[in-house]
Amino acid sequence: MLEVKDLTVEFNGLTAVDDVSFSVEEGQWLMVAGPNGSGKTTIINAVSKSVHYSGTVKLLGKDVRKYKPYELARAMGVLKQNHAVNYPFTVEEVVRLGRYAYAPGPFSHKSGEDDIRVYEAMNMTGLDHIREQSVMTLSGGELQRTFLAQLFAQSPNLLMLDEPTSHLDLVYQKQTFELIREWLKAPGRAVISVVHDLSLIKAYGTRAMLLSRGKVKAEGEIGEVLTARHLDPVYSMDVYAWMRELSASWQ
Amino acid sequence: MRLKKEGFRIYEYILFAGAALYVFALCVCAGSVNIPVKDTVTLIWNSVFGIPLPQSVGSPAIILSVRLPRVICVALTGAALSLCGGAMQGLLRNPLADGYTLGVSSGASLGAAVAIAFGVTIPSVPFAGTMTLATLFAFASLVLILSLAYKLDRSLSTNTIILLGVIYSMFVSGLLSLIITFASDKVKQITFWTMGSLSGSGYEDAFVLLIALAVFGSVIILHARELNAFAVGEDNARHIGVNVKRVKLVILISVSVLIGVCVSVGGAIGFVGLVTPHMTRMITGPNHKRLLPASLFGGATFLMLADLAARILLDPLELPIGVISSLVGAVLFVYIFYASRRKSHA
Repeated sequence: MLEVKDLTVEFNGLTAVDDVSFSVEEGQWLMVAGPNGSGKTTIINAVSKSVHYSGTVKLLGKDVRKYKPYELARAMGVLKQNHAVNYPFTVEEVVRLGRYAYAPGPFSHKSGEDDIRVYEAMNMTGLDHIREQSVMTLSGGELQRTFLAQLFAQSPNLLMLDEPTSHLDLVYQKQTFELIREWLKAPGRAVISVVHDLSLIKAYGTRAMLLSRGKVKAEGEIGEVLTARHLDPVYSMDVYAWMRELSASWQ
Repeated sequence: MRLKKEGFRIYEYILFAGAALYVFALCVCAGSVNIPVKDTVTLIWNSVFGIPLPQSVGSPAIILSVRLPRVICVALTGAALSLCGGAMQGLLRNPLADGYTLGVSSGASLGAAVAIAFGVTIPSVPFAGTMTLATLFAFASLVLILSLAYKLDRSLSTNTIILLGVIYSMFVSGLLSLIITFASDKVKQITFWTMGSLSGSGYEDAFVLLIALAVFGSVIILHARELNAFAVGEDNARHIGVNVKRVKLVILISVSVLIGVCVSVGGAIGFVGLVTPHMTRMITGPNHKRLLPASLFGGATFLMLADLAARILLDPLELPIGVISSLVGAVLFVYIFYASRRKSHA
């Protein structure tokens, strides 16, 4: 579904992403892992055309540079970790924006399908009861679910999530990952997400890519990538020992 | 579950238009000479349809050649500036953005002053020279301020934008003083642009304002959904499929033309574009499909009332309209700034 070749991103002479290639197939959930500053978020930004890059990114067999903005939005959706909305839009208004790609430009009108998709997305994410509420009054978890609902309404083929739950509490974290796993079950879909928590990666991912200083250190099945051989040099510590120590404190 | 209609409803249009019309009638009738509503209506009706006036109606000249064109210009200017303010506050997702606070109006005044000082005119079109230069300078100012803002702070935070606007306004007023020094014979004419007044405007001004508002106002209102997306966040707008670059350019051009035309007719009138969208938003909510049409009527009403106050408060002395709108606007500016900072710290 997604094919990335020789992706390189430079900021002011600094190479943030260095010659990275990978691909994602239908039904896969690719977890992008690595320490801070390893280029995880930059990859998401490059693939979604938010920063300049060199190399090629092909989505559904077509170069993303050749997509019109609304065509790209139908094929690819992005969820960021931070949302600060300055105006009191209602939850429903924000979710409804997800349908923009299906009626772009000033002269197109919404269809009955838009209403159904918006309703489904709010229902799925449990936002029905607060759909009239201002997004400025929501908790961080509710706000993140609102934007997740917007993505579900947008209904792209590829979902890209940039640390979707990094400052959510455990309940929301679990809810969000379960929702995305459900979403992925339909045909023609795939997910890429940047996640720090290695346990979440093990629990939900189907594949993983480990980055260090902009370069790919390992890529493949979760079990092959998250081994001591790959993890320890990247994080400069005995990762397995630390994880065991953490879980032992729960015994 | 029923999903609510997003747009402006018919009865809301009627309500807002009714209020604006009421204020319009009030402003035409009231002033240094009060003229009964009945006489005013007869007067306008009869002169539109070419019926001779009855003897009982006095002072037709005041109504027809002074007050009527002035109030029409005031209403159109108020509507246009509010629409621009609403559009920019959405585009930059910044509740304090407006042609005046960003320095765009100052830039447009500079353009008008340059046109006057150097005698830039387009033959056979009366005030096209000042208008064209005002529009071009407005656009150049917007592009300059925004590209600086993006360079300094990609999130376009309130503080950055306001600081740049203030500094840019100071810079422009320096240039303006420079021009005035060299073109001392035209001081009076140039000072007019910096003060903001619609007292001498006629029907041809009203006509130009109407055309500009009909064309570029429609363009802005047709982009209500895109502005909603920008108001939620520019990145979010890009990710849901909005053509971010093109929409930004279209809105900036439309705003520049409207501000350029308004400034060349009435000078820089402060804070209208800040006050009315803010007050309107309290009634309609932030959705631009409702906010923008309501701002048109709200802006017209607000500026007509400000103009009326300017005319009758110190009668027979007349205040420049900018005095009233700036006094109200500056207080509100501080309030919004305070409220938005408190929210971001909470």
